[in-house]
Amino acid sequence: MAYSEKVIDHYTNPKNVGTLDKSSKNVGTGLVGAPECGDVMRLQIEVDEATGVIKDAKFKTFGCGSAIASSSLATEWLKGKSVDDALKIDNMEIVEELNLPPVKIHCSVLAEDAIKAAINDYRQKQGLEALVFEERIH
Amino acid sequence: MLKLPIYLDNNATTPMDPRVLEAMIPYFTEHFGNAASRNHPFGWEAEEAVDYAREQVAKLVGADPKEIIFTSGATEGDNLAIKGVFEMYASKGNHIITANTEHKAVLDTCKHIEKLGGEVTYLQVKDNGLVDLAELEAAIKPTTILISIMYANNEIGVVQPVKEISNIAKKNGVLFFTDATQAVGKIPVDVQKDGIDIMAFTGHKMYGPKGVGALYVRRKNPRVKVTAQMDGGGHERGMRSGTLNVPGIVGFGKACELCRLDMEEDTKRIKALRDKLETALLQIEESYLNGDKEHRLPHVSNISFKYVEGEGLMMGFNKNIAVSSGSACTSASLEPSYVLKALGLGDDLAHSSLRFGLGRFTTEEQIDYTIKHVTDTVNKLRDMSPLWEMYKEGIDMNSIEWAHH
Repeated sequence: MAYSEKVIDHYTNPKNVGTLDKSSKNVGTGLVGAPECGDVMRLQIEVDEATGVIKDAKFKTFGCGSAIASSSLATEWLKGKSVDDALKIDNMEIVEELNLPPVKIHCSVLAEDAIKAAINDYRQKQGLEALVFEERIH
Repeated sequence: MLKLPIYLDNNATTPMDPRVLEAMIPYFTEHFGNAASRNHPFGWEAEEAVDYAREQVAKLVGADPKEIIFTSGATEGDNLAIKGVFEMYASKGNHIITANTEHKAVLDTCKHIEKLGGEVTYLQVKDNGLVDLAELEAAIKPTTILISIMYANNEIGVVQPVKEISNIAKKNGVLFFTDATQAVGKIPVDVQKDGIDIMAFTGHKMYGPKGVGALYVRRKNPRVKVTAQMDGGGHERGMRSGTLNVPGIVGFGKACELCRLDMEEDTKRIKALRDKLETALLQIEESYLNGDKEHRLPHVSNISFKYVEGEGLMMGFNKNIAVSSGSACTSASLEPSYVLKALGLGDDLAHSSLRFGLGRFTTEEQIDYTIKHVTDTVNKLRDMSPLWEMYKEGIDMNSIEWAHH
Protein backbone atom coordinates (compact mmCIF):
# COMPACT_ATOMS: atom_id res chain seq x y z
CA MET A 1 0.00 0.00 0.00
CA ALA A 2 1.36 3.40 -0.89
CA TYR A 3 1.19 6.15 1.70
CA SER A 4 0.02 9.64 0.92
CA GLU A 5 2.69 12.32 0.78
CA LYS A 6 1.28 13.96 3.89
CA VAL A 7 1.56 10.74 5.88
CA ILE A 8 5.13 10.31 4.72
CA ASP A 9 5.92 13.90 5.62
CA HIS A 10 4.55 13.59 9.18
CA TYR A 11 6.32 10.25 9.58
CA THR A 12 9.64 11.60 8.36
CA ASN A 13 9.41 14.92 10.19
CA PRO A 14 6.98 14.37 13.02
CA LYS A 15 5.80 17.51 14.75
CA ASN A 16 5.77 17.84 18.53
CA VAL A 17 7.25 14.53 19.61
CA GLY A 18 7.92 14.60 23.30
CA THR A 19 6.72 14.55 26.86
CA LEU A 20 5.08 17.18 29.05
CA ASP A 21 5.06 17.02 32.85
CA LYS A 22 2.04 14.85 33.46
CA SER A 23 1.89 15.78 37.14
CA SER A 24 1.39 19.44 36.30
CA LYS A 25 -2.14 20.72 37.00
CA ASN A 26 -2.51 22.37 33.60
CA VAL A 27 -1.32 19.36 31.60
CA GLY A 28 -3.79 16.77 30.36
CA THR A 29 -2.58 13.34 29.25
CA GLY A 30 -4.46 10.86 27.10
CA LEU A 31 -3.11 7.34 26.64
CA VAL A 32 -5.17 5.23 24.26
CA GLY A 33 -4.83 1.96 22.36
CA ALA A 34 -3.06 -1.19 23.51
CA PRO A 35 0.27 -2.83 22.69
CA GLU A 36 -1.50 -6.04 21.62
CA CYS A 37 -3.46 -4.08 19.04
CA GLY A 38 -0.31 -2.62 17.58
CA ASP A 39 -1.22 1.01 18.38
CA VAL A 40 -0.60 3.06 21.49
CA MET A 41 -0.92 6.84 21.40
CA ARG A 42 -0.06 9.24 24.15
CA LEU A 43 -1.14 12.78 23.57
CA GLN A 44 -0.58 15.64 26.00
CA ILE A 45 -1.87 19.20 26.11
CA GLU A 46 -0.66 22.12 28.17
CA VAL A 47 -3.42 24.63 28.78
CA ASP A 48 -3.23 28.31 29.70
CA GLU A 49 -5.51 28.19 32.70
CA ALA A 50 -6.50 31.85 32.39
CA THR A 51 -7.61 31.71 28.75
CA GLY A 52 -8.41 28.03 28.28
CA VAL A 53 -6.17 27.95 25.20
CA ILE A 54 -3.87 25.02 24.49
CA LYS A 55 -0.34 26.43 24.61
CA ASP A 56 1.53 23.28 23.77
CA ALA A 57 0.84 19.73 22.66
CA LYS A 58 3.13 16.70 22.50
CA PHE A 59 2.76 13.10 21.46
CA LYS A 60 4.48 9.75 21.45
CA THR A 61 3.05 6.91 19.38
CA PHE A 62 3.75 3.22 18.99
CA GLY A 63 2.15 2.20 15.72
CA CYS A 64 2.19 2.29 11.97
CA GLY A 65 3.02 5.32 9.86
CA SER A 66 -0.62 6.40 9.69
CA ALA A 67 -0.92 6.29 13.48
CA ILE A 68 2.22 8.38 13.86
CA ALA A 69 1.01 10.85 11.24
CA SER A 70 -2.47 11.10 12.80
CA SER A 71 -1.06 11.98 16.19
CA SER A 72 1.51 14.38 14.77
CA LEU A 73 -1.23 16.19 12.86
CA ALA A 74 -3.48 16.23 15.94
CA THR A 75 -0.83 18.02 18.02
CA GLU A 76 -0.41 20.62 15.28
CA TRP A 77 -4.12 21.29 15.20
CA LEU A 78 -4.40 21.43 18.97
CA LYS A 79 -1.85 24.16 19.52
CA GLY A 80 -3.54 27.54 19.79
CA LYS A 81 -7.05 26.09 19.99
CA SER A 82 -9.29 26.53 22.98
CA VAL A 83 -10.14 23.36 24.85
CA ASP A 84 -13.74 23.70 23.70
CA ASP A 85 -12.71 23.97 20.06
CA ALA A 86 -10.33 21.05 20.45
CA LEU A 87 -13.28 18.88 21.42
CA LYS A 88 -14.77 19.53 18.01
CA ILE A 89 -11.92 17.86 16.11
CA ASP A 90 -13.47 14.96 14.26
CA ASN A 91 -11.52 11.93 13.14
CA MET A 92 -12.85 12.29 9.58
CA GLU A 93 -11.04 15.62 9.28
CA ILE A 94 -7.81 13.74 9.99
CA VAL A 95 -8.75 11.09 7.43
CA GLU A 96 -9.32 13.77 4.80
CA GLU A 97 -6.22 15.78 5.60
CA LEU A 98 -3.95 12.71 5.47
CA ASN A 99 -5.82 10.80 2.74
CA LEU A 100 -6.01 7.72 4.93
CA PRO A 101 -7.32 4.58 3.24
CA PRO A 102 -10.27 2.74 4.87
CA VAL A 103 -8.05 0.22 6.70
CA LYS A 104 -6.30 3.11 8.44
CA ILE A 105 -9.37 4.97 9.64
CA HIS A 106 -8.91 3.41 13.07
CA CYS A 107 -5.67 5.42 13.39
CA SER A 108 -7.63 8.66 13.11
CA VAL A 109 -10.24 7.41 15.57
CA LEU A 110 -7.46 6.68 18.00
CA ALA A 111 -6.14 10.23 17.61
CA GLU A 112 -9.58 11.68 18.30
CA ASP A 113 -9.90 9.43 21.35
CA ALA A 114 -6.48 10.57 22.55
CA ILE A 115 -7.52 14.24 22.27
CA LYS A 116 -10.68 13.61 24.27
CA ALA A 117 -8.83 11.55 26.87
CA ALA A 118 -6.26 14.32 27.30
CA ILE A 119 -8.99 16.94 27.68
CA ASN A 120 -10.83 14.83 30.26
CA ASP A 121 -7.63 14.34 32.21
CA TYR A 122 -7.13 18.11 32.20
CA ARG A 123 -10.74 18.73 33.24
CA GLN A 124 -10.50 16.37 36.17
CA LYS A 125 -7.31 18.03 37.35
CA GLN A 126 -9.20 21.33 37.24
CA GLY A 127 -11.96 19.87 39.38
CA LEU A 128 -14.40 19.56 36.47
CA GLU A 129 -16.29 16.42 35.72
CA ALA A 130 -15.18 14.19 32.87
CA LEU A 131 -17.20 14.47 29.68
CA VAL A 132 -18.93 11.34 28.48
CA PHE A 133 -18.41 10.54 24.83
CA GLU A 134 -20.36 8.21 22.66
CA GLU A 135 -18.91 4.70 22.58
CA ARG A 136 -17.58 3.96 19.15
CA ILE A 137 -16.67 0.77 17.59
CA HIS A 138 -13.31 0.71 15.89
CA MET B 1 27.88 1.10 -6.46
CA LEU B 2 25.01 0.10 -4.24
CA LYS B 3 21.81 -0.09 -6.21
CA LEU B 4 18.55 0.65 -4.39
CA PRO B 5 16.06 -0.72 -3.49
CA ILE B 6 17.55 -3.80 -1.84
CA TYR B 7 15.51 -7.00 -1.99
CA LEU B 8 15.46 -8.95 1.28
CA ASP B 9 12.11 -10.69 0.89
CA ASN B 10 13.32 -13.89 -0.76
CA ASN B 11 10.85 -16.02 1.20
CA ALA B 12 8.03 -14.30 -0.64
CA THR B 13 9.57 -14.87 -4.03
CA THR B 14 13.01 -14.88 -5.61
CA PRO B 15 14.19 -13.05 -8.70
CA MET B 16 14.59 -15.40 -11.64
CA ASP B 17 18.15 -16.35 -12.45
CA PRO B 18 19.08 -15.02 -15.92
CA ARG B 19 20.32 -18.52 -16.81
CA VAL B 20 16.80 -19.80 -16.19
CA LEU B 21 15.28 -17.21 -18.47
CA GLU B 22 17.76 -18.07 -21.18
CA ALA B 23 16.73 -21.73 -21.03
CA MET B 24 13.04 -20.83 -21.24
CA ILE B 25 12.99 -18.39 -24.14
CA PRO B 26 13.05 -20.87 -27.07
CA TYR B 27 10.04 -22.67 -25.62
CA PHE B 28 7.76 -19.68 -26.02
CA THR B 29 8.17 -19.10 -29.73
CA GLU B 30 10.36 -21.63 -31.45
CA HIS B 31 9.51 -24.86 -29.60
CA PHE B 32 5.95 -24.02 -28.71
CA GLY B 33 4.48 -27.49 -29.11
CA ASN B 34 2.05 -29.22 -26.80
CA ALA B 35 3.89 -31.94 -24.89
CA ALA B 36 0.82 -34.15 -25.31
CA SER B 37 0.93 -33.99 -29.13
CA ARG B 38 2.32 -37.42 -29.82
CA ASN B 39 2.30 -37.37 -33.60
CA HIS B 40 4.59 -34.59 -34.80
CA PRO B 41 7.97 -33.05 -34.11
CA PHE B 42 6.48 -29.99 -32.34
CA GLY B 43 4.99 -32.23 -29.70
CA TRP B 44 8.07 -34.45 -29.51
CA GLU B 45 10.33 -31.46 -28.85
CA ALA B 46 8.09 -30.22 -26.10
CA GLU B 47 7.81 -33.65 -24.54
CA GLU B 48 11.56 -34.09 -24.65
CA ALA B 49 12.07 -30.76 -22.91
CA VAL B 50 9.55 -31.69 -20.21
CA ASP B 51 11.19 -35.07 -19.69
CA TYR B 52 14.57 -33.43 -19.31
CA ALA B 53 13.19 -30.91 -16.80
CA ARG B 54 11.51 -33.74 -14.90
CA GLU B 55 14.91 -35.36 -14.50
CA GLN B 56 16.46 -32.10 -13.32
CA VAL B 57 13.71 -31.61 -10.76
CA ALA B 58 13.82 -35.24 -9.59
CA LYS B 59 17.59 -35.16 -9.19
CA LEU B 60 17.49 -32.17 -6.84
CA VAL B 61 15.29 -34.04 -4.36
CA GLY B 62 16.56 -37.60 -4.87
CA ALA B 63 13.39 -38.79 -6.60
CA ASP B 64 12.68 -40.87 -9.68
CA PRO B 65 11.50 -38.66 -12.57
CA LYS B 66 8.30 -40.71 -12.76
CA GLU B 67 7.47 -39.53 -9.24
CA ILE B 68 7.32 -35.85 -10.25
CA ILE B 69 3.90 -34.36 -11.05
CA PHE B 70 4.06 -30.85 -12.47
CA THR B 71 1.64 -28.38 -10.94
CA SER B 72 1.03 -24.64 -11.04
CA GLY B 73 2.84 -24.16 -7.74
CA ALA B 74 2.93 -25.12 -4.09
CA THR B 75 -0.62 -24.03 -3.28
CA GLU B 76 -1.92 -26.42 -5.90
CA GLY B 77 0.49 -29.08 -4.65
CA ASP B 78 -0.77 -28.69 -1.07
CA ASN B 79 -4.38 -28.93 -2.23
CA LEU B 80 -3.75 -31.92 -4.47
CA ALA B 81 -1.80 -33.79 -1.80
CA ILE B 82 -4.24 -33.30 1.08
CA LYS B 83 -7.53 -33.48 -0.80
CA GLY B 84 -6.16 -36.20 -3.06
CA VAL B 85 -5.10 -38.42 -0.15
CA PHE B 86 -8.34 -37.74 1.69
CA GLU B 87 -10.32 -38.98 -1.31
CA MET B 88 -8.03 -41.82 -2.32
CA TYR B 89 -7.70 -43.32 1.17
CA ALA B 90 -11.25 -42.67 2.35
CA SER B 91 -11.82 -46.37 2.99
CA LYS B 92 -8.85 -46.42 5.36
CA GLY B 93 -9.77 -43.42 7.46
CA ASN B 94 -10.51 -39.70 7.56
CA HIS B 95 -8.09 -38.24 10.08
CA ILE B 96 -5.26 -35.84 9.19
CA ILE B 97 -2.62 -34.43 11.52
CA THR B 98 -1.01 -31.06 10.84
CA ALA B 99 0.46 -28.16 12.83
CA ASN B 100 -0.79 -24.66 13.58
CA THR B 101 2.18 -22.94 11.94
CA GLU B 102 1.60 -24.44 8.50
CA HIS B 103 1.09 -22.22 5.48
CA LYS B 104 -2.50 -21.12 4.79
CA ALA B 105 -2.55 -23.35 1.71
CA VAL B 106 -2.34 -26.32 4.07
CA LEU B 107 -4.46 -24.94 6.93
CA ASP B 108 -7.29 -23.78 4.70
CA THR B 109 -7.23 -27.04 2.77
CA CYS B 110 -7.54 -28.86 6.09
CA LYS B 111 -10.50 -26.65 7.03
CA HIS B 112 -12.09 -27.66 3.73
CA ILE B 113 -11.47 -31.32 4.59
CA GLU B 114 -13.29 -30.79 7.90
CA LYS B 115 -16.28 -29.44 6.01
CA LEU B 116 -16.25 -32.59 3.94
CA GLY B 117 -16.52 -34.66 7.10
CA GLY B 118 -12.85 -35.25 7.74
CA GLU B 119 -11.19 -34.88 11.11
CA VAL B 120 -8.09 -32.75 11.52
CA THR B 121 -5.73 -32.42 14.49
CA TYR B 122 -3.80 -29.16 14.60
CA LEU B 123 -0.69 -29.67 16.72
CA GLN B 124 0.59 -26.74 18.76
CA VAL B 125 4.28 -26.20 18.04
CA LYS B 126 6.79 -25.65 20.82
CA ASP B 127 8.09 -22.15 21.62
CA ASN B 128 10.96 -22.66 19.18
CA GLY B 129 8.50 -23.39 16.37
CA LEU B 130 9.22 -27.12 16.15
CA VAL B 131 6.69 -29.91 16.35
CA ASP B 132 6.68 -31.99 19.54
CA LEU B 133 7.31 -35.53 18.31
CA ALA B 134 5.72 -37.20 21.32
CA GLU B 135 2.59 -35.14 20.79
CA LEU B 136 2.58 -36.02 17.13
CA GLU B 137 2.78 -39.72 17.82
CA ALA B 138 0.13 -39.49 20.51
CA ALA B 139 -2.24 -37.83 18.04
CA ILE B 140 -2.21 -40.82 15.67
CA LYS B 141 -5.38 -42.93 15.72
CA PRO B 142 -6.55 -45.96 13.78
CA THR B 143 -8.34 -43.60 11.36
CA THR B 144 -5.27 -41.43 10.67
CA ILE B 145 -4.32 -41.43 7.00
CA LEU B 146 -1.96 -38.47 6.67
CA ILE B 147 0.58 -36.39 8.56
CA SER B 148 1.10 -33.00 6.91
CA ILE B 149 4.04 -31.08 8.37
CA MET B 150 6.00 -28.47 6.46
CA TYR B 151 9.72 -28.92 5.88
CA ALA B 152 10.66 -25.35 6.78
CA ASN B 153 8.53 -22.46 7.93
CA ASN B 154 8.01 -19.46 5.66
CA GLU B 155 7.95 -16.82 8.40
CA ILE B 156 10.63 -17.91 10.85
CA GLY B 157 12.58 -20.43 8.76
CA VAL B 158 12.66 -23.23 11.34
CA VAL B 159 13.31 -26.66 9.85
CA GLN B 160 11.13 -29.45 11.24
CA PRO B 161 12.60 -32.83 12.24
CA VAL B 162 11.40 -34.35 9.00
CA LYS B 163 13.27 -37.64 9.30
CA GLU B 164 11.88 -38.30 12.77
CA ILE B 165 8.39 -37.39 11.62
CA SER B 166 8.59 -39.76 8.66
CA ASN B 167 9.78 -42.55 10.96
CA ILE B 168 6.77 -42.05 13.16
CA ALA B 169 4.50 -42.02 10.11
CA LYS B 170 6.05 -45.20 8.73
CA LYS B 171 5.88 -47.02 12.04
CA ASN B 172 2.17 -46.29 12.25
CA GLY B 173 1.34 -46.96 8.61
CA VAL B 174 0.42 -43.33 7.94
CA LEU B 175 1.42 -41.32 4.87
CA PHE B 176 3.70 -38.32 5.32
CA PHE B 177 3.24 -35.19 3.21
CA THR B 178 5.50 -32.18 3.52
CA ASP B 179 5.16 -28.69 2.07
CA ALA B 180 8.82 -28.09 1.25
CA THR B 181 8.36 -24.79 -0.58
CA GLN B 182 10.91 -22.91 1.51
CA ALA B 183 13.41 -25.75 1.83
CA VAL B 184 13.91 -27.26 -1.62
CA GLY B 185 16.83 -25.63 -3.38
CA LYS B 186 18.05 -23.99 -0.17
CA ILE B 187 19.06 -26.98 1.96
CA PRO B 188 19.60 -30.63 0.99
CA VAL B 189 16.22 -32.33 0.67
CA ASP B 190 16.19 -36.03 -0.22
CA VAL B 191 12.87 -37.84 -0.38
CA GLN B 192 14.58 -41.22 0.18
CA LYS B 193 16.75 -40.26 3.13
CA ASP B 194 13.99 -38.11 4.60
CA GLY B 195 11.35 -40.80 4.12
CA ILE B 196 8.89 -38.45 2.43
CA ASP B 197 5.80 -39.91 0.71
CA ILE B 198 4.44 -36.72 -0.89
CA MET B 199 6.09 -33.32 -1.18
CA ALA B 200 5.06 -29.99 -2.67
CA PHE B 201 7.48 -27.33 -3.90
CA THR B 202 7.58 -24.48 -6.38
CA GLY B 203 9.82 -22.76 -8.90
CA HIS B 204 9.59 -19.13 -7.90
CA LYS B 205 11.12 -19.60 -4.45
CA MET B 206 14.30 -20.98 -6.01
CA TYR B 207 15.12 -18.52 -8.79
CA GLY B 208 12.74 -20.16 -11.25
CA PRO B 209 9.55 -18.82 -12.84
CA LYS B 210 6.23 -18.26 -11.07
CA GLY B 211 3.25 -20.45 -11.86
CA VAL B 212 5.05 -23.77 -11.96
CA GLY B 213 5.77 -26.27 -9.24
CA ALA B 214 5.87 -29.97 -8.54
CA LEU B 215 4.31 -32.58 -6.36
CA TYR B 216 6.50 -35.55 -5.55
CA VAL B 217 4.37 -38.67 -5.20
CA ARG B 218 6.20 -41.83 -4.07
CA ARG B 219 5.90 -44.88 -6.35
CA LYS B 220 7.59 -47.54 -4.24
CA ASN B 221 7.47 -48.54 -0.55
CA PRO B 222 4.69 -47.60 -0.43
CA ARG B 223 3.13 -46.83 -3.79
CA VAL B 224 1.14 -43.66 -3.16
CA LYS B 225 -1.72 -42.33 -5.20
CA VAL B 226 -3.70 -39.14 -4.94
CA THR B 227 -7.10 -38.54 -6.49
CA ALA B 228 -6.90 -35.88 -9.19
CA GLN B 229 -8.47 -32.56 -8.26
CA MET B 230 -8.50 -31.35 -11.86
CA ASP B 231 -10.28 -33.53 -14.36
CA GLY B 232 -9.41 -33.60 -18.03
CA GLY B 233 -6.93 -35.17 -20.38
CA GLY B 234 -5.29 -37.37 -17.79
CA HIS B 235 -1.88 -35.72 -17.90
CA GLU B 236 0.77 -36.40 -15.27
CA ARG B 237 -0.13 -40.04 -14.69
CA GLY B 238 -3.77 -39.07 -14.32
CA MET B 239 -3.12 -37.03 -11.20
CA ARG B 240 -3.12 -33.57 -12.76
CA SER B 241 -4.84 -32.82 -16.03
CA GLY B 242 -4.05 -29.73 -18.02
CA THR B 243 -1.69 -28.87 -20.86
CA LEU B 244 1.81 -28.69 -19.50
CA ASN B 245 3.37 -25.26 -19.07
CA VAL B 246 6.40 -26.21 -21.15
CA PRO B 247 8.47 -23.00 -20.87
CA GLY B 248 7.70 -22.80 -17.15
CA ILE B 249 8.66 -26.42 -16.65
CA VAL B 250 11.88 -25.95 -18.60
CA GLY B 251 12.73 -22.97 -16.39
CA PHE B 252 11.82 -24.83 -13.22
CA GLY B 253 14.07 -27.70 -14.29
CA LYS B 254 16.95 -25.35 -14.97
CA ALA B 255 16.40 -23.62 -11.62
CA CYS B 256 16.54 -27.00 -9.86
CA GLU B 257 19.76 -27.89 -11.63
CA LEU B 258 21.37 -24.58 -10.67
CA CYS B 259 20.30 -25.00 -7.05
CA ARG B 260 21.77 -28.49 -6.97
CA LEU B 261 25.09 -27.35 -8.41
CA ASP B 262 25.39 -24.06 -6.51
CA MET B 263 23.76 -24.96 -3.21
CA GLU B 264 26.87 -25.62 -1.19
CA GLU B 265 28.64 -22.45 -2.18
CA ASP B 266 25.51 -20.27 -2.17
CA THR B 267 24.54 -21.48 1.28
CA LYS B 268 27.96 -20.81 2.75
CA ARG B 269 28.00 -17.27 1.43
CA ILE B 270 24.38 -16.43 2.22
CA LYS B 271 24.56 -17.87 5.72
CA ALA B 272 27.63 -15.76 6.51
CA LEU B 273 25.72 -12.64 5.41
CA ARG B 274 22.61 -13.67 7.35
CA ASP B 275 24.69 -14.23 10.47
CA LYS B 276 26.36 -10.87 10.07
CA LEU B 277 22.99 -9.13 9.75
CA GLU B 278 21.46 -11.05 12.61
CA THR B 279 24.37 -10.54 15.00
CA ALA B 280 24.35 -6.81 14.35
CA LEU B 281 20.59 -6.41 14.74
CA LEU B 282 20.43 -8.52 17.89
CA GLN B 283 22.85 -6.09 19.46
CA ILE B 284 20.05 -3.55 19.50
CA GLU B 285 18.60 -3.45 22.99
CA GLU B 286 15.37 -5.46 23.47
CA SER B 287 15.54 -7.24 20.14
CA TYR B 288 14.73 -10.93 19.96
CA LEU B 289 15.22 -13.72 17.45
CA ASN B 290 12.03 -15.64 16.67
CA GLY B 291 12.19 -19.41 16.19
CA ASP B 292 14.82 -22.03 16.89
CA LYS B 293 18.34 -20.72 16.27
CA GLU B 294 19.86 -24.08 15.30
CA HIS B 295 17.23 -25.87 13.24
CA ARG B 296 16.76 -23.13 10.75
CA LEU B 297 17.14 -22.22 7.09
CA PRO B 298 20.45 -20.47 6.37
CA HIS B 299 18.97 -17.43 4.67
CA VAL B 300 16.18 -16.26 6.97
CA SER B 301 16.10 -14.22 10.12
CA ASN B 302 12.96 -13.13 11.95
CA ILE B 303 13.56 -10.53 14.64
CA SER B 304 11.24 -8.61 16.96
CA PHE B 305 12.24 -5.11 17.96
CA LYS B 306 10.27 -4.55 21.12
CA TYR B 307 8.36 -1.27 21.58
CA VAL B 308 8.27 -0.39 17.88
CA GLU B 309 5.55 -1.51 15.50
CA GLY B 310 6.58 -3.47 12.42
CA GLU B 311 4.79 -1.51 9.74
CA GLY B 312 5.85 1.79 11.21
CA LEU B 313 9.37 0.44 11.27
CA MET B 314 9.31 -0.69 7.65
CA MET B 315 8.03 2.68 6.58
CA GLY B 316 11.33 4.15 7.71
CA PHE B 317 13.24 2.32 5.01
CA ASN B 318 10.89 0.44 2.71
CA LYS B 319 11.59 2.70 -0.21
CA ASN B 320 15.11 1.31 -0.11
CA ILE B 321 14.90 -2.05 1.66
CA ALA B 322 12.21 -4.66 1.01
CA VAL B 323 11.45 -6.92 3.97
CA SER B 324 8.21 -8.18 5.48
CA SER B 325 6.60 -7.95 8.89
CA GLY B 326 4.37 -10.08 11.09
CA SER B 327 2.60 -6.92 12.10
CA ALA B 328 -1.15 -6.80 11.82
CA CYS B 329 -1.08 -3.59 9.89
CA THR B 330 0.45 -5.28 6.88
CA SER B 331 -2.53 -7.57 6.51
CA ALA B 332 -6.14 -6.77 5.83
CA SER B 333 -7.29 -8.68 8.91
CA LEU B 334 -5.48 -6.45 11.44
CA GLU B 335 -4.42 -9.64 13.20
CA PRO B 336 -0.71 -10.17 13.77
CA SER B 337 1.05 -13.24 12.41
CA TYR B 338 -0.52 -16.50 13.58
CA VAL B 339 2.85 -18.19 13.24
CA LEU B 340 4.53 -15.84 15.70
CA LYS B 341 1.56 -16.10 18.06
CA ALA B 342 1.86 -19.89 17.90
CA LEU B 343 5.38 -19.56 19.31
CA GLY B 344 3.81 -18.06 22.40
CA LEU B 345 4.91 -14.54 21.51
CA GLY B 346 2.65 -11.84 22.90
CA ASP B 347 0.77 -9.81 20.32
CA ASP B 348 3.05 -6.89 21.09
CA LEU B 349 6.16 -8.82 20.01
CA ALA B 350 4.37 -10.24 16.99
CA HIS B 351 3.52 -6.69 15.94
CA SER B 352 7.17 -5.73 16.27
CA SER B 353 8.69 -8.35 13.99
CA LEU B 354 10.56 -8.15 10.72
CA ARG B 355 11.50 -11.03 8.44
CA PHE B 356 14.74 -10.72 6.51
CA GLY B 357 15.04 -13.17 3.61
CA LEU B 358 18.40 -13.22 1.88
CA GLY B 359 19.12 -14.82 -1.45
CA ARG B 360 21.53 -15.72 -4.21
CA PHE B 361 21.92 -12.11 -5.28
CA THR B 362 22.32 -10.51 -1.83
CA THR B 363 25.63 -8.70 -1.37
CA GLU B 364 27.62 -7.69 1.68
CA GLU B 365 27.22 -4.04 0.76
CA GLN B 366 23.44 -4.48 0.89
CA ILE B 367 23.67 -6.11 4.31
CA ASP B 368 25.82 -3.28 5.67
CA TYR B 369 23.32 -0.73 4.37
CA THR B 370 20.45 -2.69 5.92
CA ILE B 371 22.11 -2.96 9.32
CA LYS B 372 22.65 0.78 9.42
CA HIS B 373 19.20 1.83 8.26
CA VAL B 374 17.21 -0.66 10.31
CA THR B 375 19.17 0.25 13.44
CA ASP B 376 18.69 3.98 12.84
CA THR B 377 14.96 3.58 12.27
CA VAL B 378 14.47 1.43 15.37
CA ASN B 379 16.21 4.12 17.42
CA LYS B 380 14.23 6.91 15.81
CA LEU B 381 10.89 5.19 16.42
CA ARG B 382 11.77 4.31 19.98
CA ASP B 383 12.37 7.97 20.66
CA MET B 384 8.80 8.40 19.48
CA SER B 385 7.36 5.39 21.34
CA PRO B 386 5.46 5.86 24.60
CA LEU B 387 6.10 2.19 25.38
CA TRP B 388 9.84 2.62 25.09
CA GLU B 389 9.65 5.59 27.45
CA MET B 390 7.67 3.52 29.97
CA TYR B 391 10.13 0.66 29.64
CA LYS B 392 13.03 3.04 30.29
CA GLU B 393 11.23 4.44 33.33
CA GLY B 394 10.75 0.93 34.66
CA ILE B 395 6.94 1.02 34.40
CA ASP B 396 5.33 -2.42 34.31
CA MET B 397 3.24 -2.35 31.17
CA ASN B 398 1.02 -5.14 32.42
CA SER B 399 -0.07 -2.87 35.28
CA ILE B 400 -1.67 -0.43 32.85
CA GLU B 401 -5.30 -0.80 31.94
CA TRP B 402 -5.14 -0.61 28.18
CA ALA B 403 -8.19 0.44 26.26
CA HIS B 404 -8.54 -2.48 23.86
CA HIS B 405 -10.23 -1.60 20.65
